[in-house]
Amino acid sequence: MGDIEAVKPFPDSEEMEISFGPQHPATHGVLRVMVKLDGERIVDAKPIIGYLHRGTEKIFERETYNGAIPHTDRMDYTAAATNNQGLVGAVERMMGITVPPRASYIRMILAELQRIASHIIWLGTHALDIGAQSPFFYTFEEREKILDLYEEYCGARLTLNAMRVGGQPYDLPEGWAARCKTFVDQFPARIAEWERLLTTNRIWKLRTVGVGVISAESAIEWGLTGPPLRGSGVNWDIRKVFPYDHYDEVEFEIPIGAHGDTYDRYLVRMEEMRQSVRIVQQCLARLPEGPVMAKVPKVIKPPKGEIYFSVEGPKGELGYYVVSDGGANPYRLHVRPSCFINLQALPEMVRGQLVADLIAVIGTLDIVLGEIDR
Amino acid sequence: MANPWVLFLLVPLVKIVVILGVVILLAAYLSFFERKILAYMQIRIGPNRVGPRGWLQPIADALKLFVKEDILPSRAEKFVYMLGPVLVTAPALVVFSVIPFGTGFKLFGAEVTPYLTDVNIGILFILGVSSVGVYGIILGGWASNNKFSLMGGLRSAAQLVSYEVPMGLSVVTVLLMASSLSLVKIVEAQRNSGVWFVFPGFIAFFIYFVCGVAETNRNPFDLPEAESELVAGFHTEYSGMKFAFYFLAEYANMVVISSIATVLFLGGWLPPFPNWLAGVWAAPVFTWIPTVIWNAGWFLVKMFAFLFVYIWFRGTFPRYRFDQLMALGWKVFIPVSLVNLMAVAFGVLLIGGSR
Repeated sequence: MGDIEAVKPFPDSEEMEISFGPQHPATHGVLRVMVKLDGERIVDAKPIIGYLHRGTEKIFERETYNGAIPHTDRMDYTAAATNNQGLVGAVERMMGITVPPRASYIRMILAELQRIASHIIWLGTHALDIGAQSPFFYTFEEREKILDLYEEYCGARLTLNAMRVGGQPYDLPEGWAARCKTFVDQFPARIAEWERLLTTNRIWKLRTVGVGVISAESAIEWGLTGPPLRGSGVNWDIRKVFPYDHYDEVEFEIPIGAHGDTYDRYLVRMEEMRQSVRIVQQCLARLPEGPVMAKVPKVIKPPKGEIYFSVEGPKGELGYYVVSDGGANPYRLHVRPSCFINLQALPEMVRGQLVADLIAVIGTLDIVLGEIDR
Repeated sequence: MANPWVLFLLVPLVKIVVILGVVILLAAYLSFFERKILAYMQIRIGPNRVGPRGWLQPIADALKLFVKEDILPSRAEKFVYMLGPVLVTAPALVVFSVIPFGTGFKLFGAEVTPYLTDVNIGILFILGVSSVGVYGIILGGWASNNKFSLMGGLRSAAQLVSYEVPMGLSVVTVLLMASSLSLVKIVEAQRNSGVWFVFPGFIAFFIYFVCGVAETNRNPFDLPEAESELVAGFHTEYSGMKFAFYFLAEYANMVVISSIATVLFLGGWLPPFPNWLAGVWAAPVFTWIPTVIWNAGWFLVKMFAFLFVYIWFRGTFPRYRFDQLMALGWKVFIPVSLVNLMAVAFGVLLIGGSR
């Protein structure tokens, strides 16, 4: 697949270089892809990033640990809860804080709702890129309900800032758990509705089956995580292999694909939404009573040292590498971004395919430029 | 009315003005219906600000496009760039000169026909004229000097040329059944034989309609202007009135395709089921309606049924990929329409056509 000559029927034909983005309707923000085209066929593609760079990692060094949490919201702005979860988890492990079980369960509920919300955005935009307009509106209707739940919990809808080192800033509001249950109970029916529109749709299958194929070996070599890795048939999910919070106590399955194409990744994400619903239902049923905040010092000063802690974000492994010099600010706080690393496989996945496939592959990688550029 | 020249010149002129006005308004309001219907399909409300329930939205859109700055890209091929929208719009409007909306009626004692002219090669005229529209798209795409436009233009040229063949073949089956190229005669043939051609020619009907969707660059065949791939395809660089012309041409072409489908397959202005419901249509409630409105009404009802399906497609389907589109056209539609043509020809030979 990587052989450039093989896909070029006329070696002397003139190639066209075209710049997709950074202002393009389907590059999900400010991604720019330089594409070398032979007619409609992609000879080579090269993602160019950095249009949304805000120096988040440098900003972290200036902030206190709790003050850094809002900045994590703005990395992958479609998955603020899991971003928070990773950072507070890393600092808590450094300081040896045990989070009260109630707070831990609330975190899991927020994180799984976030996974659903993120996959909803992915589904809507991915379908829109492939030309199906309507799913976008149907999916966003459901996302609104999740955002309403968030708003009720922490006041924010997108940039949640909903977790603190040592636990949760607030307990669940009165009746929140019941409303959340109403949402997750009706949600699988909506997934089925979207699947009726797409899963067996002839054109949808034509556009996704066999498009953007990546083998399990090369997915591992590229360091892909999340649905792009599992779509290739690798059973790897941080929630299962290195369980955090209470993921070892709830039952859920890790859906994996077989062919590593866009269609398999689509099926994986659809099933992940159902599994997230299962997790939220179990968490709501088990939700223990008790405090939501552990005893933590007023100024958080982790001991000198370093730690790497990662969570399974909606888009893949999201890791935080924290180096502390014993002060109130991190000495260095590096983020292992899932989208940035997943994007690196783009050239390999689109080489030899058509322009329309480039758009499908960008969609299926589910990138958020806020996290890639940070 | 003593001078024969008055009738000869004045009547066609009035008809031209009326038809042009109706068609342009129809195209404008089609965009409104599309936005509304699509909105309801997508749990939205759609335009509802301008005028009562948004009914003046198309007028506002047209006004906006009129007063917008008309940008001419500095590196565009200026003459061709300006020629593009003209070449696309003119054929779309010219085609309406032969589409019959009803039978002749008496007005102030003179016989008037609700169509501009009945050319004896009407359907050939339509196919020929509407093919010119391709030039507008490919020239506009090329002259913009933009890679996205160029790709849109190329896609469009390939698509329109390949889908014209099965479309033409399915039209031929109707000609076989009607034994005439005149659109008026085709409708009369359906009245005389008592059966609409959609029933004996349902395969041709299906192929015609799908190819018609492809010809008008509509979803799921909207590759030339695939927003997520080519930004806006061949009209990426166009703004203001030039863009408005492309827009008008697209919607006018939808009306054209639907009108021809109505004429060829659904009996044009004839009321449905003339055999079974003849008694109902003869009831005084209906006979009271003037013939011209009665006929044009049925024509519009059928046409809008087609247009609704267009919009319905857009709300449902993803987009084909370029190679899949070509494969569908050449490997499926052309063979099927050829076989269908043979079958219909044999059928006409055995059973006899409309004569």
